[in-house]
Amino acid sequence: MATGKLMAAASAAALLLTAPAGAETLRDVLESGTLTVGVKADYKPYGFLDKAGNIVGIEPDLAQDAADVLGVELELVPVVASNRMQFLEQGKIDVMIATMTDTADRRDVVDILNPDYYSSGTNIMARKASGFEEWDDLDGAPVCGVQGAFYNRKTEEAFGAEIVGFTGTSEALNALAQGRCVAFVYDDSFLNSRLQEEQWADYEMPLETIDDAPWGMAVKTGEDAMGAFMSGMIVHWHTTGRITELERDYGIEPVPFTRRMHERFRAFVPGEKG
Amino acid sequence: MQDIYEWFRTLNETTGINLTIVHDAYDRRRMIEGFLNTIYLSAICLLFSIIIGVVGAWLQGSRLTWTRRLVNGYIQLFRNTPPLVQMYFFFFALGALMPRVENEWGIMEPILSNWHWAVISLSFFAGAFNVEIFRSGIEAVPRATVEAAEALGYTRLKAYRHVVLPLALRVCLPALNNNLVNLVKTTTLAYAIAVPEMLYVANQIWSDSLNVPEMMTFLLFAYVLLVGALVRVMNGWERAMRLPGFGT
Repeated sequence: MATGKLMAAASAAALLLTAPAGAETLRDVLESGTLTVGVKADYKPYGFLDKAGNIVGIEPDLAQDAADVLGVELELVPVVASNRMQFLEQGKIDVMIATMTDTADRRDVVDILNPDYYSSGTNIMARKASGFEEWDDLDGAPVCGVQGAFYNRKTEEAFGAEIVGFTGTSEALNALAQGRCVAFVYDDSFLNSRLQEEQWADYEMPLETIDDAPWGMAVKTGEDAMGAFMSGMIVHWHTTGRITELERDYGIEPVPFTRRMHERFRAFVPGEKG
Repeated sequence: MQDIYEWFRTLNETTGINLTIVHDAYDRRRMIEGFLNTIYLSAICLLFSIIIGVVGAWLQGSRLTWTRRLVNGYIQLFRNTPPLVQMYFFFFALGALMPRVENEWGIMEPILSNWHWAVISLSFFAGAFNVEIFRSGIEAVPRATVEAAEALGYTRLKAYRHVVLPLALRVCLPALNNNLVNLVKTTTLAYAIAVPEMLYVANQIWSDSLNVPEMMTFLLFAYVLLVGALVRVMNGWERAMRLPGFGT
């Protein structure tokens, strides 16, 4: 009990100490004239390096939109899954837009903004010549996968495919290229990023994505003003269809989630067309 | 049967011991297949590795320098590299160079499947050790015995088959047992090239049901059982072949 009280007191004290300095990211951004956003730099087309070494992609473009609305300069900081939440907590970045799946556990650590901006789920990568149209077309077919993925069972049980599971994605892709299976079942955002590469020009992601989980942008816990601004931006992007537009610009088909969100939010704005 | 499945389902609900391989029809079927695949893979590799060992040991005694060098080269290559590396090398590097045939899905598929490569890789791996094991047996056969066979007009091959090998086998059986036991355990490596043996199936099941401790325990007992059965058979063989007064 005593420890619990002590902990509560300590965290309250910490809040009091940090609140004046920390909770004003938005004002600091406006004063300094720079918005710092953490994005991926190794996940084409969401965030990657172009030939000149600049970070470009769907997420950096969204970050640029936000900076433009605020009328400030944009600074991009490359992050990876293992450090992105720490960077927010330490104040190295003001906003995080980094392909992060929105989960309850993560909401305990950072403020994940509503609504979610993207989502990824399960799809397959197959030769264009194979002409798959529905999941049921995989009945009886050898399909490469990665050992331990939760959708392997579903692909076998519900759609009748025979999963050939390898230990990692490179082995599975190699087996697909060698003709050892007709398709590779995996996360659609990963497949999208592979399909951008020259090597996979004859391949496509032909099915409707299933089992999708949403991605959320995040700000440091308690940064309500910044959070409110970014939430507004996300609604704005869904309303205008900006994210689907960026997906097409970067050469991928809009995922069902962004299409759905665009449909839904468009209806909320009276007089707004498409 | 249904009662047993129900009992295990209740076991899960009451104690949290989740043996899906008993009460879940899908997992049960997968694990039975995995178990049979392990037995099948082990049996084939045991057979081939023994053949490789016997033939290799004979070739090692060849009068032709290059035959001996070739056999020694093979032994060095397979004994000095990890079996997992061999498996990957065979499947991904050599496998890609194989001629291709069109399968029913209209895809040009290499002719040897992951099963074939697993059998090839494991047989040659265990075979390399078997050659050396048989050689140790052959060298234990007294020179005088071989000379006696030659004096009776046996050719080198006939002397090997009828005199040297039967005696050598008795000497090297304990070492051979060890290596074959190792081979059965090494079949788990085939999971790396997607051969659905027990470890592969267990891995997928514990990813789906998060029952890692249960599946690990099951795997352990399954291998104790399998290897125990093999050791029993080999010991029986050893006893049946014992020559009074020879060796011991």
